[in-house]
Amino acid sequence: MNSVTVRNLLVRGMLAGLAAGVLALVVAYFLAEPRVDEAIAFEEAHAHEHGGEELVSRAVQSTAGLGTGVLVYGVAFGGIAALAYCFALGRIGRFGPRASALLLAAGGLVAVYVVPFLKYPANPPAVGDPDTLDQRTALFFLMIVLSVLLAVAAVILGKRLAGRLGTWNATVAAGASYLLAVGIAYAFLPSFAEAPEGFPATLLWQYRVATLAIQATLWTAFGLIFGLLAERVLAPRPSESGGTTPDARATPVAH
Amino acid sequence: MAQSVAQPTATTPAVPAQLPIGAIAPWAVFFGILMLVLLYFVGAEQGATSLVSGEGVHEWVHDARHLLGFPCH
Repeated sequence: MNSVTVRNLLVRGMLAGLAAGVLALVVAYFLAEPRVDEAIAFEEAHAHEHGGEELVSRAVQSTAGLGTGVLVYGVAFGGIAALAYCFALGRIGRFGPRASALLLAAGGLVAVYVVPFLKYPANPPAVGDPDTLDQRTALFFLMIVLSVLLAVAAVILGKRLAGRLGTWNATVAAGASYLLAVGIAYAFLPSFAEAPEGFPATLLWQYRVATLAIQATLWTAFGLIFGLLAERVLAPRPSESGGTTPDARATPVAH
Repeated sequence: MAQSVAQPTATTPAVPAQLPIGAIAPWAVFFGILMLVLLYFVGAEQGATSLVSGEGVHEWVHDARHLLGFPCH
């Protein structure tokens, strides 16, 4: 029974991630793609290394390619978040299914994207030295893993302190220790500033804000959609629970 | 919580029951790894490291990689 619940939540997490990915894709296409094109125009005007034949055309990269990447990313993080949700459920405080989902999504946005982003922000084409790619990739993934582990540790710490300090103070203390640990990591890890000479600062700013908008859309939509689906799995309405099989009811992903 | 009593879903417990770790673990291990492999192919394959030769994967997810924040080139 419990294993079935985990499976149902996992499947719905991946579906919610897919739906959230569609919304994020819309934001990416309309808000961020124009910035990518501007950056590529700058790149082509200033360097001639990228001559040669294109393997995948820009038209495909900015549509089907972008769609593949964003949707796979949405499904993958949807699945991971659903598994984290199974662990968090009933263990993070007195939150119902929907509130738990939204809290988890907010935590995911901060821990998986915002915290690593503030140290290693997204770069448009033309920004970033190919010679440091290996190092930047390793550090970016390290920062994500570190940030997620620290966030989990902060939640556990908050739970431990809640008995002594009360829920509010324990939450503040746990949040503060997370920020402190992140600050220490920021201070000791190397930084990169690789925008080429003359690259427009406004373009870089707009590009980075757009990537933040994509992630905010993805995680917020995931939290809301998954919360709705999870609530139906965990607490089917009395009128529907006749068969006691949550699977019997088709859960539409539409929003 | 007087509010929850007034709602039609009063039969629903305010806090959902915990799922036993043992029931989650097999799913978490198998699907967790599967999801991380997917993320690897979107985020890093044919960039810093390469399992499949060529540039096809990199070129195909090029825009997504940039816009999702992964270092690309």
